[in-house]
Amino acid sequence: MSGITCEFLQEKLQKELNPIHVEVVDLSDGCGGKFSILVVSDKFEGKPLLAQHRMVNNCLAEELKTIHALTLKTMKPAQWEKQKET
Amino acid sequence: ATWTTEKFDEVVKKDKVVVFMKGVPEQPMCGFSNAVVQILRMHGVEGYGAYNVLEDEELRQGVKEYSSWPTVPQVYIGGEFIGGCDIVLQLHQQGELIEELQKVGIRS
Repeated sequence: MSGITCEFLQEKLQKELNPIHVEVVDLSDGCGGKFSILVVSDKFEGKPLLAQHRMVNNCLAEELKTIHALTLKTMKPAQWEKQKET
Repeated sequence: ATWTTEKFDEVVKKDKVVVFMKGVPEQPMCGFSNAVVQILRMHGVEGYGAYNVLEDEELRQGVKEYSSWPTVPQVYIGGEFIGGCDIVLQLHQQGELIEELQKVGIRS
């Protein structure tokens, strides 16, 4: 048990990256070791994918020490709109 | 050999594509590393540099510090850090991986 919850991660991302959309899924059956995260934010505009992921990694640096596996996806708002249509 | 910054600089430039992973391309020991291997295979990338962090604890720690990236696998193209499994997957899905590979003369 890491004690890390979806709500906790979601709030932290919300606060720092001000996303227009954020999805956190716990893939660990509640033990808090494995997550899937999607973040859509204006702050990603003009930044390469690596930089976008670094922003999320930095935001969750403390939690990443205990999270065993993380699947991360970041998008700019335009990419998110496009994906929703398909 | 010890994994100094100079050693990493040398290793990531030695091959056009370099992967630090868990296991070896013939037998990846983790789903994330396996995903990278499969994507590279799809693009016909052969003979890339692959380094198994499970066999070398110093490498495992060192590579994270070298790239300031917290996890393995890590992919380098043309000596530049591209990212981990998720980034490589997304670049693949968006068709941008082809461009990255073209920069180093690999046609997929």
